[in-house]
Amino acid sequence: MLFLPELSLLGAGLILFIFSLGSPSSEKMKAAAVSLASVTLIVSLLSINSEGSLFYDAYQVNFFTQLFKALIAFATLIVIIFCNRHDGIDEHVQSEYYLFMFMSVLGLMTLVSSVELIGIFISLELSSFAVYIMVPMRRNIGQTNNQNEAGIKYLLYGVVATGFMLFGMSYIFGLTGSTKLSVIATQIGHMYNQPVAIVGITLVLAGFFYKLALFPFHFWVPDVYEGAANETTAFIAVVPKLAAVAVLIRLVSLISGDGEVIVNVLMVCAVLSMLYGNLSALVQTDIKRLLGFSGISHAGFVLVGLLTFTVQSYATAFYYISGYVFMNLACFLVICTLSEKGKNVSIEDFTGLHKRSPILAITLTIGLFALAGIPPFVGFAGKFMLLLGALKQGHLLLVILAAFNTAIAIYYYLSIVRVTFCTDSEDRATITTGFTTKALSVLLILVIVIMGVIPSTFINLATTAVQTIIQ
Amino acid sequence: MDQLLINSGFPILSALIFMPLAGALLLLFIKNESACRYFALVVTSIVALWSLRLLAGFDQTTSKFQFAEHHTWIESFNINYTLGVDGISILLILLTTIIMPFCVLASWSYIKTRIQAFMVCLLIMETAMIGVFAALDFVLFYILWEAMLIPMYLLIGIWGGPRKIYASVKFFLYTLTGSILLLVGILWLYTANNYSFFIPDMMWQDYSLTAQVYLFIAFFLAFAIKVPMFPFHTWLPAAHVEAPTAGSVILASILLKMGTYGFLRFALPITPEATILLAPYVLWLSIAGIIYGGFTALAQSDMKKLIAYSSVGHMGFVTLGIFVLNSDGVEGAILQMINHGVTTGALFLCVGMIYERTHSRELRLASGVGKYMPIFVTFLTFFSLSSFGFPGTNSFVGEFMILAGTFEFDIAQNNFPYLALAAFPGAVLAAAYMLRMLQKIIWGGTDNPDQSWISDLNVREIVTLAPFLLFVFWIGLGPQPFIDFMHTSVTDLLQHFHAHQEHVIAAAERIF
Repeated sequence: MLFLPELSLLGAGLILFIFSLGSPSSEKMKAAAVSLASVTLIVSLLSINSEGSLFYDAYQVNFFTQLFKALIAFATLIVIIFCNRHDGIDEHVQSEYYLFMFMSVLGLMTLVSSVELIGIFISLELSSFAVYIMVPMRRNIGQTNNQNEAGIKYLLYGVVATGFMLFGMSYIFGLTGSTKLSVIATQIGHMYNQPVAIVGITLVLAGFFYKLALFPFHFWVPDVYEGAANETTAFIAVVPKLAAVAVLIRLVSLISGDGEVIVNVLMVCAVLSMLYGNLSALVQTDIKRLLGFSGISHAGFVLVGLLTFTVQSYATAFYYISGYVFMNLACFLVICTLSEKGKNVSIEDFTGLHKRSPILAITLTIGLFALAGIPPFVGFAGKFMLLLGALKQGHLLLVILAAFNTAIAIYYYLSIVRVTFCTDSEDRATITTGFTTKALSVLLILVIVIMGVIPSTFINLATTAVQTIIQ
Repeated sequence: MDQLLINSGFPILSALIFMPLAGALLLLFIKNESACRYFALVVTSIVALWSLRLLAGFDQTTSKFQFAEHHTWIESFNINYTLGVDGISILLILLTTIIMPFCVLASWSYIKTRIQAFMVCLLIMETAMIGVFAALDFVLFYILWEAMLIPMYLLIGIWGGPRKIYASVKFFLYTLTGSILLLVGILWLYTANNYSFFIPDMMWQDYSLTAQVYLFIAFFLAFAIKVPMFPFHTWLPAAHVEAPTAGSVILASILLKMGTYGFLRFALPITPEATILLAPYVLWLSIAGIIYGGFTALAQSDMKKLIAYSSVGHMGFVTLGIFVLNSDGVEGAILQMINHGVTTGALFLCVGMIYERTHSRELRLASGVGKYMPIFVTFLTFFSLSSFGFPGTNSFVGEFMILAGTFEFDIAQNNFPYLALAAFPGAVLAAAYMLRMLQKIIWGGTDNPDQSWISDLNVREIVTLAPFLLFVFWIGLGPQPFIDFMHTSVTDLLQHFHAHQEHVIAAAERIF
């Protein structure tokens, strides 16, 4: 029973595997994927209160892990719903594409539950390798043929980051004699200012910084975002980040705030991430690249929550990343709907969107304003509470730098909104949106607004969740 | 909490804030264009009438926050939903609620596309604006303060003039950048104040002078950009010129007041020593704004730009009045905030009416309409007279009080009225540019374009302008009732301010 969400994913994988033996039509595949993802979501929601441990205590199931799993399942379902509307994925590999997506989600779910270094490693690899294959599955559309390049880049960077992580794990194992996080936590307590422990922990963190796209492990982001199909990018941009934050909360809580060197390292990473992401985003013309860079800066914000080492800040980081998922999904929903035959979307393509499709224009605007951190949306509440938590711990300089970064970020988000609303559509075609797109838009807008207006409910939920893993 | 007079009955303020928002949501379901207009008019009128309840129930003898409401909002960070009004904010709330129906009327035929969306933006603006003046929790204040940018951005960006994109982005970036440091200041105050965002608790505390100076700078940047004070004013002419009439009126009458309201509500009580220390610089910036605004207005050929620059000058008077820190100055400043809202709002309405006819804001193309639009120019003349502070009109009272306060301050500080003397040319300049505009519009010259096809104001337009004229003379001839509203609060503010000064001086003497 504890393993039910993962089992449902495995089952889904098997069904998709059988599908892949024949040559089903793209609509049929999508319907199958949507129903399988819905089943996973329902199972995850049903098992949200289950608790226990499996596999000789290497696998933990509690409210924290199940909440993350439900979020992962939800985000996956949304991505699949707006997936492949314009045949962005090669027709021959449709079923394989969904198969790998489900495998990747399986890896992410087990990652959330793993409390042992080897388990963490295996789950991470399962989730990563599936995505490495998903990237080049884009249909050859003649416009940008660099999906293969993107796939290779993603793979190479990923492997290097994993190498770092394994190396760091070997140090930690050498220091503590165990691969179990609970043992490591007690053993490492009195030596986290030792250089060898610092190197070990930092290297392990690096593996997840790569998933979260945090400076200096962000180099893959722009090219992979641009090269991958729109729906693949949507998946990469949100789902793995959820799991990465879950593991980072676990790992960072091992250190606690006394490890000054590590705090400083994290702080530098956070600030550079925000600066690099925002400054690079200023000059982008491709919307996916822009969102990629904005994602790097948001990863910096999440780190601000992690480096204060209090339960409240972890909860805020949790809240922030969940909010980020919905804001980003809102933007990607518009991108995927707008894209012509699965091509990349440039900022210019939003010209006159408010006339061509008001609902999409509003969804995009709310998503972007939320990302920019303007009240009353979830992005503001998240940033505000993160900064508050950091200031409570006395990181005034960090808070000021982060605040300035928000100001920089406004510019590029606003420039998209400007194109959307303040230009005429010239002779661009109106966009027809089906019922599902409209319903999804309204759903995402509602989530973004409700999470922003009554954050306390969600923060309390996140706090309860985090408290189950940190006493 | 003892600064609050909790209103345990029906939540009047919440109703005031949420009525326009509810109206905006309902409006989303109305498809018919003319129904949209009527609906928005009805909602804003109900809000205006409802706000009169504040007037009736307001107790002028206390400086506490009245009609207060207090509810927990985000428990884990001690963020509350706290509202209340005192003598400083009540008139500004009333100004907001009363001006909004006329903004709707002014957009009746001016806005031709996407009327539903336009009215939704107006109503959301109203919610945010009333909320900013009533909020007593710093987070609530900040959220509404920022949230206001989105509808305003859309108002300028969608329904604006030819350079609307430039203007709306400039407006957004300027105001947002200004308030970023305000956010850091708020967070710092939170940690310094025992983890509370309750604004009255932050006032009159003994923060160190260094902290106060930093805080004051954060406040100053946010509020000076909003006012706007010279040299932070460059977004204003652009935004005013490109905004539709209703947008210009909201900007001039209400948004600009938020900056000066911020100074009164936050800078003075939270950072009193830094205020004393830095007041001279602010005062001279105000003088620079008065003179600069006057001279620049004198050179404009675009009517909206002319009035926009005149706003820079008038708001210079307001900040001058606030930072002389005596009761004449501060009361004059608050009164002048209302006056400027009434007069400049009306002037923008007038320009909008001309624009609807000639489709140009150029003074040259509007010259000589006096012959064909007698009713219009009558209104315009009175508003212009009011704008340069002609005795008998509202601005005269305000500017007189401010200058009297400045004199008082000068004599006490320097024994010679440097500041007052420096400000006087501003009043003369105002007369010069306003009369120049009047002369051009009413008579023009021999090269007037043919204006014989122009029709005079219709009933709707007269109804829009008449109440403004009423207030011009009401405040001009009988300002006492208005001053009575603010008197207790202002006296209390200044008393606290000076008592705090003495307390600090005494403490300093004990140390040395």
